[in-house]
This record gives sequence, C-alpha cells and structure tokens, in this order.
Amino acid sequence: MYVAVKGGETAILNSYALLADARRGDTDVPELSVAQIRQQMRLAVARVMSEGSLYDEDLAALAIKQAAGDQVEAIFLLRAYRTTLPRFGYTLPVDTARMGIRRRISATFKELPGGQVLGPTYDYTQRLLDFTLLANGVATEPPAQAEALPADMPRVTDLLAGEGLIEPETPPDGDPAPVDLSREPLKFPADRATRLQNLARADEGFLLALGYSTQRGYSHTHPFAGEIRMGEVALEIVPEELGFAIEIGDITLTECQMVNQFAGSSTAPPQFTRGYGLAFGEAERKAMAMSLVDRSLRSQELAEAIKSPAQQAEFVLSHSDSVEASGFVQHLKLPHYVDFQSELELVRRMRATHGQPTPEEETA
Amino acid sequence: MSEQSGNREVAAQAARQRWLAVLARAGVAELETQLARHALPALSWLRRPESGLMMVRARAGGTGQQYNQGEVSVTRCAVQDETGRLGVGYVQGRDSRHAELVALFDLLLQDETRQADLLPGLIAPLAARQAAARDKASAQAAATRVNFFTLARGD
Repeated sequence: MYVAVKGGETAILNSYALLADARRGDTDVPELSVAQIRQQMRLAVARVMSEGSLYDEDLAALAIKQAAGDQVEAIFLLRAYRTTLPRFGYTLPVDTARMGIRRRISATFKELPGGQVLGPTYDYTQRLLDFTLLANGVATEPPAQAEALPADMPRVTDLLAGEGLIEPETPPDGDPAPVDLSREPLKFPADRATRLQNLARADEGFLLALGYSTQRGYSHTHPFAGEIRMGEVALEIVPEELGFAIEIGDITLTECQMVNQFAGSSTAPPQFTRGYGLAFGEAERKAMAMSLVDRSLRSQELAEAIKSPAQQAEFVLSHSDSVEASGFVQHLKLPHYVDFQSELELVRRMRATHGQPTPEEETA
Repeated sequence: MSEQSGNREVAAQAARQRWLAVLARAGVAELETQLARHALPALSWLRRPESGLMMVRARAGGTGQQYNQGEVSVTRCAVQDETGRLGVGYVQGRDSRHAELVALFDLLLQDETRQADLLPGLIAPLAARQAAARDKASAQAAATRVNFFTLARGD
C-alpha cells in the first residue's frame, strides 16, 4: 500500500518569513541597495554573471542581495530567471582586439608594444586588512591620469604568430555556428567550441583546482600567461529589421591567452600552443583557470597522453557546472524516507542472520 | 543602382550605425529631456518594447572558431511613421523606455530636416561625452603603466 504523506505547508511558509528576516539582519543597520552591490561588490557581480551565464549587472546584484551573498545560490537564481526570457538571437563574435583596455599585462614579454598596464588590481596590495574601511573612512584621492592608451594594443599571441612560433588560431572553413549548450545537451566527444562554452560558465573553484592540478604535474602543459587584458568591448548585433550590424552597448570582459609548450611532431615543427580563457566582468582568476583547463582538454588533438583528471573532457565538463552540482549534492536533503526505510529493513534482516550458518552450511 | 546612389546609401547606413551606437549608450533621462523638445509625427508601434536575451559569441584565442560565451539581456522595439519609415531601438539591458527613446530618435533622425538639427544638437554632444568617459578610463589605466628602468651596477 502506498500512503501519501502531506504536511509542512505552515512550516515552509514560516521558513520563508524567517529567511527574509535573516537576510535583512539587524534593522538598525541600513539595508543594502542593489545599486550599492552593483557598484561596490563588482567582482561578486562579475562571478554571478559569468557562471549565471547572463550579462546583466542589475540582475546579478539583485540575485546576490536575495541570496544573502551566497554566490552559488545567486548563480542559480540568475540561471532560473533566464529561462523566463525569449531568445532574440546571437551577437556577432566580440572583438577583444578592439577592447577599451583598463588592464593589460604579459608575463612573457617585458617590453611589449603598448606596455604593461596594471589597472585596478589587488596583485600589488599587501593583503593587510585596511581598518580605514572598517571606519568607513575611505581615501578619496582621485586616480592619476596619463596620456590615454593607444587605441591599438596588439595581442601578444599576434606578435608570436608573426614569426610562426605559435599555432595559428583561425576560424575553420565557413566559420560555422557553434553548438549552444543552453539549447542542446552536452554530448561527447565535445568539440572545442562546446568545451569553451561549458568552461565559460563553469564554477570558478572547480576550474581553479583543476588548473592548479595541471601546474602540479597532473598533465604537463608548461603555461605562460602570454597576455591578460581587461576592459570594455562593444556588443554588435545584426537586427532582422536592418540587415546590418549595429552596436547596442559595451560589456566588460577579461581575457587570458595562455602560451604553452609543444615539442612538435614528425609533421609539425615545434611551436607554442594556446589555451584560452574569457569571462564576463573583471574575473582574472576565472579567465586564467579557464585557459589552463582549455589547454589541458586539448590533449587529444595535440596527441598527448591522457592521464590526468584535467585532461579528461567527460570528467571535467560533466562536473563543472555549479548549478547542476549543487542541485545533485543538495537533493540529498530532500525526503528519502521510503528509500531509507527499505535499506533499514535490509540491514536489520542482514544483522539478524549475521553469524548464523547459511542454509548451505546447515545441510552440509 | 548608380554608383552615386550606392555611395549615398553606404554613407546613410554608416550615419545610422553611428547614431544608433551613440543612442544605445546614452542615459535615459537625457534622451527624455531632448525628446520633449520635438513634436512627434503620427506613429504606430510595430513592436512594443520587449526584453529578452541574446547569446554573446566569442572566438577561441580571440581570432579562431566561434563559441557561445553567455547571454546578455537586450530590449528591443520598432516604430513606424505614416511615410513608412522604421525606427528601430535595440539596447543592452532591460530598460523599455530606453529602447523606445532610441527607436523614436532613430525615426526622427531619418527625416533630413530634423537630422540637420539632431546630429549637431543631440548626437554630437552625446558622442563627445561618451568619448570623454572612455578617454578618462584609458588615461587612468595609462597612469598604471609600468616604466621599467635598469639599475646600473657599480664596478
């Protein structure tokens, strides 16, 4: 007999109210506005946009507020929201060469054309807690200005490509439209376009750990940060009413071009290989980790031995999504009363017969 | 089509691309103030403002094969006047009024007499301010450019 069990409505409704109260905290402290989160927690906003796979700073900030700062929950909220909106189409591929640069560094060439531009980075801070922020006494000295950067900042990879020292990165014949994982399920073997979309919305912590594993010897890719650039890139679309491209705004992007060693083969002369990382907003750690994992997942096409987790596409791509991972791990909280009851019965029966002679032994 | 009219068409398209790009980056309050100064012709909305998503494409390595980076919120609308001119508004984000204002100005700007007023009166100053903001960000970044120098070693 199956017995449906109901109940818990009041408990759930009361938990909503308690959650809202906990989110708000002490009402003697002013409430955070979405605009404040967007402006003053921009790196949290960037991560939620990247992994939520939706560039909208207001919505990402709202999700962070609603999730009380829980990034993975905020990412889930943004992903859920996107399913309610119609899809108008695709933008033209963003041209990161025409980025309005706010940061651009290379670990491979000291004196590169355009120079090393540090931008707003934590890299050279001393990681000492700043107690003036605790007192809300922020230094308000305006940032220094110099002559604006040149409009054309060549990519480091283009400099290497000029000498043929790095594998060329050109569109395949016909510049085909890529698989879209937001409309089609992930299938294996996954081509590079599929992998890059998966990595672009992958959990930063997961990519960071995998990228780190490649540096520690679980797949040797010998990476150098050829170039990291961050800034604003125009979004171009071709509206159906017009039939020509127009710009509809700008988005902030962080790009990492990882340059890796490659010994060459009987058919290819030795040249550097590439790993690519790109993320919404200011998200350097994410872009770097993505480029390491993009490169390690290219092992098969580069005829390298596949021995490590970071090289195994099925393992990496199937476990990279925080929404899926969090959903499956957390579903364990849901009632499993009936499942567990049957296991309980089984264990009791096994214990009852434990140590007793089996029927075969009895007849022997 | 003669070569001359072809050239005119190319120039008209380039001008329209330019004003649409400027309007899409402009503030709503400012466009609203400017619109109040213009008498609007009889209009019909072919597409009321609607918000949705577009998938942002990128290229592996910046120059290689295309892939899908993630979506962006976009709002669009389209308006027509009695002569059949079409004003198109596409903006990043979810602001319906912004899309409407872009479509209305796109319509007005296709009228040559209004264009003579709106290009210098609205588009040029907006473009100048947007360029100034970009230059300021670039100048601030430039101040963080590293100037390497070598320390001479004493013998």
